[in-house]
Amino acid sequence: MSILVDKNTQVLVQGITGAHGSFHAKQMIEYGTQIVGGVTPGKGGEKVEGVPVFNQMKEAVEKTGATASVIYVPARFAVDAIREAGEAGIKLIVCITEGIPALEMARLKEWLLQKKIVLIGPNCPGIITPGECKIGIMPGYIHQRGSIGVISRSGTLTYEAVWQLTQRGLGQSTCIGIGGDAIVGTSFVDALKHFEKDPETKAVVLIGEIGGTAEEEAAEFIERHVSKPVVAFIAGRMAPPGKRMGHAGAIISGGSGKAHDKIHRLKKAGVTVAPSPALIGETMQNVFAKAYELGKTSSSKMYPTRP
Amino acid sequence: MNIHEYQAKEIFKRYGIPTNPGALAKTPEEAHPITARLAQAGSSIFAVKAQIHAGARGKGGGIKLVKSPEEARDTTKVLIGKTLVTPQTGPEGKPVDCVLIEATSPLLKEYYASIVLDRSEAKPCLIASEAGGIEIEEVAAREPEKILKTHFSPFKGMTSEEAHEVARKLTKDPGQAQTFAQVFQAMAKLFIELDASLVEINPLALMASGEIIAIDAKINFDDNGLYRHPEIAALYDPRQEDPREVEAKKIDLSYVGLEGNIGCIVNGAGLAMATMDIIKYAGGEPANFLDVGGGASKEKVAAAFKIILTDPKVKAILVNIFGGIMRCDVVAEGILAAVHELGSSKDAISRIPIVVRLEGTNVKEGRAILEKSSLNLISASSFEEAAEKVVEAASK
Repeated sequence: MSILVDKNTQVLVQGITGAHGSFHAKQMIEYGTQIVGGVTPGKGGEKVEGVPVFNQMKEAVEKTGATASVIYVPARFAVDAIREAGEAGIKLIVCITEGIPALEMARLKEWLLQKKIVLIGPNCPGIITPGECKIGIMPGYIHQRGSIGVISRSGTLTYEAVWQLTQRGLGQSTCIGIGGDAIVGTSFVDALKHFEKDPETKAVVLIGEIGGTAEEEAAEFIERHVSKPVVAFIAGRMAPPGKRMGHAGAIISGGSGKAHDKIHRLKKAGVTVAPSPALIGETMQNVFAKAYELGKTSSSKMYPTRP
Repeated sequence: MNIHEYQAKEIFKRYGIPTNPGALAKTPEEAHPITARLAQAGSSIFAVKAQIHAGARGKGGGIKLVKSPEEARDTTKVLIGKTLVTPQTGPEGKPVDCVLIEATSPLLKEYYASIVLDRSEAKPCLIASEAGGIEIEEVAAREPEKILKTHFSPFKGMTSEEAHEVARKLTKDPGQAQTFAQVFQAMAKLFIELDASLVEINPLALMASGEIIAIDAKINFDDNGLYRHPEIAALYDPRQEDPREVEAKKIDLSYVGLEGNIGCIVNGAGLAMATMDIIKYAGGEPANFLDVGGGASKEKVAAAFKIILTDPKVKAILVNIFGGIMRCDVVAEGILAAVHELGSSKDAISRIPIVVRLEGTNVKEGRAILEKSSLNLISASSFEEAAEKVVEAASK
């Protein structure tokens, strides 16, 4: 098991003929993801990396039976691309595109809820179930199949965390980059719900950062509904107020959104917070060993890495 | 993106939000006739307000009340050209290039109103309070019951009913409530139509005359929405920004200047923040946040280096790259190109130690390129080791 994506997930690439779209289509196919086609208006009938290109999502879904899509189109076309995918019946949309206006996302959010569509991102690295399905831009080789769920607002910091886990033999069930924007499709809480239900996931790493209250909401949810151990790291303890740290969402304003407050709230919810970004793997190793001490001696099932 | 008060008030006027009569002066000579005209219209006290991208101007001496055109001219002369330091500018302050001169009149009560996007609700939200004129955070901390919050539709804006409901909680006077509601609806319309991220009026004042006036005006815009509003994008004032940030923005790098002495070059915003944190954790102080982005070119890495090297505070540099889309060999070539280009002109560069930590895509190729060079590079194999080494190098 894993969450949201697995080896049977059939994926369409929106913007497949662009530089990013074609490059990552290739990477995803090489990883083993079932890329069944792509869409670029006006390029229907062509082929990219051996898969057919369609003019519209509706046609692409009808011909391929895909249930997921990944978006690499420029920001000003991305919202339309999301809507087109949703109208065509796609239920999982991963939007890599950076730079969508926040109000556009606010307007989109209601529609997503009505249609029961899962949107991951925008401005995110995507989602990967190691060894089965990679939808996004993350380097595949740093991942290893196992039982740690990873949720993060960041891209490269997620790679760092995953790499630390893999080097310690702690494989991952699924890793989701939810994106660095102020309003995102899938929240920490949404992802935590999935991981809590997934029997393969034994523990969760949550990578947050300054700005907003997503981490506080995650803490609230963990306190009440998550039985699995959670390790967190919050980036941006050094960040000065009023300065946007690259991500549209990473700005401390109005006295809230500070790393200190988030760490405090997470600890109160029983989450173990790694003091340094270099200690995410080590912290999880300790927490995992402690939580599954009994399991370790009695059964190998609890061992974090699946062969 | 921030804009000046006078620009925000011009937008307010377009949306029917009442402001005091006034005009912008770029020189002391302009200040005199502006004030004279306001005096002719019947005013006797005038505010000369320094235009900078920061609040708390009153506390920093950036807002002066004057009584005559001559006094306005003299005050303008003092303010323009000055670097104003307020509790919100940081110690370096902001340059005053122009002043807004406004007619003032007695006010009875100060209110507060702002609109922001509530992330968790994914809806815009009006925040209003009868406690205006002071920092809203202080009100929120001390008297949270005085803060009113109302969400509204990101499609339709604020309805008349929604606006009136808030207005009626602020005042019992029906006429005033009507005006408050109109102001709130106009703020909401502006917020949605112009892709704002903040519209703030503090104070929104009830004048002795019975009018409701936006005494101050602050609008921030969502950078991601600027492509739809070229007239707003044109209001960008680079003089109000850190020159290093302006330089970085030109080449699409995300840079924020800090006070420490360790320069950082990182790919990805989260990792860049984490790198600042780990430097602090290891006992050092970062000089900057710098994200070269996901797929930076050799030229971009070189440009990032140049920005860091022009900061005289920098004693050591940490390059922390986790290659995903970004290839480590491209980063290595960028480092060599920057050092090569700057090395001949600036002797100092060869003395600045550079700690390099590469991981991810094409890491072997990247490391090989750096090893072959004759640079003063210190390689590190892990995140932690990199931080320790750079802190040690900076303290020498």
